[in-house]
Amino acid sequence: MNKKQADSIPINQYQVTGFFKGFLIHTFLLIVTLTCLFPLFWMVRSSLMTNQTVFVDKSLFPPDIHFYNYIQAWTEGNFGMYFLNSVIYTSCVVFGIVLVSSLAAYAFSRLQFPGKNFFFYMFVAAMMIPLPGSFVPLYKLMNDLGLINTRIGYILCMINVGLSLSILLLKTFFDKMPPDLEDAARMDGCGRLGIWWNVALPLARPAIAVIVIFNSLNVWNEYILATLLLNDKNLMPLQRGLMVFQGSHSVDYPLLMAGLTIAALPIILIYLLMQKHIIKGLSSGAIVG
Amino acid sequence: MSEANEKSFKFFQLKNNLINFSFVLPAVIIFSVFYIYPFFEIFRLSFYSWNGISPIERFVGWQNFIELAHDDVWWKSMGNAAYITLIALTFQNALAFALALACDREIRMKRFYRVVFFIPPVLSEIVVGLIWQWILYSGFQDGQHIGLLNYYLDRIGLHHLVHNWLSNPDTALTCIAVVHSWKGFGWGFIMLLAGLQTIDRQLYEAAKVDGAGSWRTFWNVTIPMMVPVILVVIVLTVLGSMQVFVLILSMVGQGLVYHTEVPVTRILSAMTGTNRFGYACAMGVTFGMVLIMISLSFKLLSNKVKQV
Repeated sequence: MNKKQADSIPINQYQVTGFFKGFLIHTFLLIVTLTCLFPLFWMVRSSLMTNQTVFVDKSLFPPDIHFYNYIQAWTEGNFGMYFLNSVIYTSCVVFGIVLVSSLAAYAFSRLQFPGKNFFFYMFVAAMMIPLPGSFVPLYKLMNDLGLINTRIGYILCMINVGLSLSILLLKTFFDKMPPDLEDAARMDGCGRLGIWWNVALPLARPAIAVIVIFNSLNVWNEYILATLLLNDKNLMPLQRGLMVFQGSHSVDYPLLMAGLTIAALPIILIYLLMQKHIIKGLSSGAIVG
Repeated sequence: MSEANEKSFKFFQLKNNLINFSFVLPAVIIFSVFYIYPFFEIFRLSFYSWNGISPIERFVGWQNFIELAHDDVWWKSMGNAAYITLIALTFQNALAFALALACDREIRMKRFYRVVFFIPPVLSEIVVGLIWQWILYSGFQDGQHIGLLNYYLDRIGLHHLVHNWLSNPDTALTCIAVVHSWKGFGWGFIMLLAGLQTIDRQLYEAAKVDGAGSWRTFWNVTIPMMVPVILVVIVLTVLGSMQVFVLILSMVGQGLVYHTEVPVTRILSAMTGTNRFGYACAMGVTFGMVLIMISLSFKLLSNKVKQV
């Protein structure tokens, strides 16, 4: 009887406080949610107005909206070009990173050669050492190599940026891979390259997905190297284009907001489609780190 | 016979090693050219005076570093970065931890919150900076404020709070730090939540059986179990916030006032503004050392915690 009493009374209390607690927690979470989403809403909403109304009308849903700014930004604002460049850079860099890092990670995990550990720890050390201002000697190097204002120069630099982490991620994945499948492939007469292509890469698909997503976000959002290495308007990616645009159209906010929406929308869509991978990748990183 | 065998075996082994090494060769080449070489070059250039164009690089010894030690703007920029970091460490991480605790239970819409809180971190600093610059806009037209924040402050009667947020030296840096925290708290939230979810639920049950209230459970179970993850989040926050600069470029631009200068914007303006590449490298080396010292001390601290 004693036990019953002890059980029932606190449970009632819990239910009452639980309701208020839940209410408070949801209020808190919803306020933060609103703070996250409202600036984005305001960006889209401002991009649908004219340069006359945007400065005076503060209503959440302005009465007359039009999409003319997007057309103007895409054509006159050069955003069509910037967008195409961003797509080119992102896909080339990500393809390069996956190719180069998966080859290297496979060798670090499964093949033997002298100096293996030295080279592997070289890549790991690069992630540990912060080097602010490394863009200064990098700029000098690119200048000496004649790679300023070239697509290939920027692409190579960005491949290098994503290399270390991708190699580390893939190597840990390959290390956990059961060797039986590779043995079977070897029996069937597969060479090293054949095993890498036919066995290792298909099995590593989840790890490659994480690498593709994180590097895509990183390249799409990169600004400083794009600024230092690319001065030709026809070569600039979106982030760089936005700053050039902002510098020359400092008062045309609807047009700028349309440009921002063009730059942000693909990233948000990719994130929403891939959020499971992203959050899983991050969470495992947190526990490993 | 055996000698010939050994020779052919050695040749085979060499060939084998070379083929194996060719797998890492592309990565090693790219890494050597675009990371290793600039890494040593930044140290070498920091002892030279060079304007970025002329072929003449003049060796000046420690002069760049001596000048840097007496550069008031540089030290102010360090202070500014520390201020941004302090706000990120307290405000941003406390928010992240509170949100993670709130989501580490059976509540509705958990996945929705998790997805939404990570939207700001995936946006670029340029996009975030320009959106907030528009919200914090400080112009005045037709008898009302243009910027959204000032407009609403005025509307709800808080006239005295209306500021020229980004051009006023008193508020500009705080605005940057708050926007930086807005962009960053989702990272900490995801990592801390992942850490919270690895805590064995039986520990909570045991604490309940022992009669510990929720507050004591928090201090005696949750916090000790979370120390390693918290340390990782702190290190990443410090390293990230000390080096923030693209956000500053997009919010307030560069070179107008020193109130919002941080070390990396100083490096950038020594390079592109005054064409002093050697001095810029000396700044980079000095600042890099500071960052390495910070992360090393945290590393030592976390080793100590793990031992205990």
